[in-house]
Amino acid sequence: MVPRTVLLRANDEIETLNYSGFRDRLASHLADGRRVLSCFGTPQTEAPTGPPVLHAIVLGLTGLEQFCGRGTPGDEFPSLSALYPQMHCFEREIHEQFGLSFPGHPWLKPIRYEGRNLGRMDDYPFYQLAGKEVHEVGVGPIHAGVIEPGHFRFMCYGETVHHLEIQLGYQHRGVETLLTKTPPRKLPPLVESIAGDTAVPNVVAFCRAWESLCGVPTRPGVEAVRGIAIELERIAMHLVGVGGLATDVAFLPGSSTYGRLRTAIINLSMRLCGSRFGRSWFRPGELRYPFGPKEKDDVRATLQLVRRDLALINDLFGKSQSVRHRLETTGTVPTALARDIGMVGMAARASGLTCDLRNELPAGVYQQHAMPLVTEPAGDCQARAVVRLREMDESLSWLLRVIEDLPDVGADPPALLKPRANSTAVSFEEGWRGEVMHAIRTDAQGQIAHYKVQDPSLRNWFGLAQAVRDNAIYDFPICNKSFDLSYCGNDL
Amino acid sequence: MIPILEALQVRSSQGRQFVPDVRAANPVGFRGLPVIDMNPCADGCTACVDDCPTNAIRLTPFALDLGSCVFCDQCARVCPQQKVKFTGGYRMAARTRDGLVMKEGVATLSAVEASDRIRQMFGRSLKLRSVSAGGCNGCELEINATTNVNFDAGRYGIDIVASPRHADGLILSGPITVNMAAALELCYAGMPDPKFVIAVGSCAISGGVFEHSSVLDRSFLGRFTPELYVAGCPPHPLAIVNGLLDLIGHADGKW
Ligand code: SF4
Repeated sequence: MVPRTVLLRANDEIETLNYSGFRDRLASHLADGRRVLSCFGTPQTEAPTGPPVLHAIVLGLTGLEQFCGRGTPGDEFPSLSALYPQMHCFEREIHEQFGLSFPGHPWLKPIRYEGRNLGRMDDYPFYQLAGKEVHEVGVGPIHAGVIEPGHFRFMCYGETVHHLEIQLGYQHRGVETLLTKTPPRKLPPLVESIAGDTAVPNVVAFCRAWESLCGVPTRPGVEAVRGIAIELERIAMHLVGVGGLATDVAFLPGSSTYGRLRTAIINLSMRLCGSRFGRSWFRPGELRYPFGPKEKDDVRATLQLVRRDLALINDLFGKSQSVRHRLETTGTVPTALARDIGMVGMAARASGLTCDLRNELPAGVYQQHAMPLVTEPAGDCQARAVVRLREMDESLSWLLRVIEDLPDVGADPPALLKPRANSTAVSFEEGWRGEVMHAIRTDAQGQIAHYKVQDPSLRNWFGLAQAVRDNAIYDFPICNKSFDLSYCGNDL
Repeated sequence: MIPILEALQVRSSQGRQFVPDVRAANPVGFRGLPVIDMNPCADGCTACVDDCPTNAIRLTPFALDLGSCVFCDQCARVCPQQKVKFTGGYRMAARTRDGLVMKEGVATLSAVEASDRIRQMFGRSLKLRSVSAGGCNGCELEINATTNVNFDAGRYGIDIVASPRHADGLILSGPITVNMAAALELCYAGMPDPKFVIAVGSCAISGGVFEHSSVLDRSFLGRFTPELYVAGCPPHPLAIVNGLLDLIGHADGKW
């Protein structure tokens, strides 16, 4: 049985329309308010330089649905972005990767400077704000802190930001090309480096996709430990984020306490698998390091301590006037806007959206142990901080429940069969930022013909750009930290 | 409760968090420095080489390049005779690229020699500027952690600074993408002389899992040879702090 977060189909079973049929179908899903999780292109096998095959993944009433669009040379694809802004990043990506033009796209700019745009970082078509007293502030690609590179260009009037343009691509490492040509058994370390702060959801999404292609049944014991690893990573990264916010608003008890609590969590991961980032913990069909009574005791003891101290600092953080003063009403993305631009994950939940695949499509251990949905209505920096604090609490309680009810892992990993030929496996996992997608398409020999990855950051960067509008430019660092997006996840 | 008491309660829950002696810490469970067994490999066995994702292993004689290794544990797991075993050792830095290659018969990496030049120029205080050029945020998080309350490199006079203008050295992470090559160059040019480069993590050192990517431009490293290489994927903060202390000839890690 394939888990609910995975869609496995033979390529010729996937409903395939022409471009205009594909566009109509997509538009009707969008009009119905369905969640379009992804829309991407793959090269046509017969004509790799021709119009790409388009794939849409939609969250339907009963689960994941996929349909394709096949074009012929000269076909037009009028942009959907003007009507449905959430499509803007998908169309931009397809445009950059395959040259398909999307007439009517308001914003057809490079997404990550790959392919024909490679190296042309000086060419970004920034919007211009006219007027004698307006000015622009450029920041990056290298920032003051130890973070990944990206360029931010603020169009300001006085201290007020009217518009922010985010130019990414500096981190482009050619991930999808490498994933497509690397022998499958060498894939996992690469998958774990797509976004090193999201190593676990990426490798779990990969494992599930690969296991379903190779006919390996999932095992409840392994699934439980995967869930444990994902939630530990979530707590650790939420601690980094809230600690960073505390630093940025000069709330020093928060910055040191959240920092050292994170150390406690990632050191627990290290004791469980050898890596503070959960690397090498999971491989297709395989749980590499034992998870027995000793490990269970370790998890319980560590989490109980963390929970005790976290409650103290959260209380202080929540009551601090100076913190609230900086975070409340800063960087607001209202619910309707968040929905329109297709925000996902933790940031979307802080704008009142209910998207969380652990809830929408509970699979694996989330099926036996439901994860409560956390949302906050306000959509400001405070809401994003509070969602993260509350999610940490939920994850801690969930983990303490799950370890008391661990299914047996079982002995040997089942053998991997040869991957199914001419098939597509699309696999999702809700990481700490939001949903991560891995889509693998095989050819007639069962070799990987195309590997597509999607990090939630691809969709959420535009949320940050919206959030800082009409805010003071000095609040940008806290807005940015509150979204906590991945540069390399976007740039691939 | 009165706010000040709550703050004190948080402070007392915090206790002492710093690692007292970074030379003698014990990161339980860490998969770090490998040890290589002296027994010869079985004839014709290539199990580790076949599976290594970064071609870090050479056979006859056996050698493992920590500058490429991502510590995935695969070689140790597929080896029929436990030729390689990973330990909790975190002293994984070298002054030269070749110094990261562990050879059969040599029990561990040679100690990192202090740089007289750096010692003379900067004494015991290092101000470093971090540049991520394709780093996945693994190395960046660990570089950040070197200055947190646990590893606290600041107590030794080592700081990460916000501007290249204030920096003595550049910490490079990531495999250096084409798209980031010019900015990296510009940043280094913006640092006052004398200056130097430190390569942190397997991507910066060798390209790591991205070695065969066609969208890298590693020519910067051809022109500026790092003074220090710190191995890991990502390197443990203890590896980074110890490497830096060695580089400036800090006698012990006690504080
Ligand atoms: S642990 Fe290092 S040497 Fe061994 S297989 Fe993995 S990358 Fe290669």
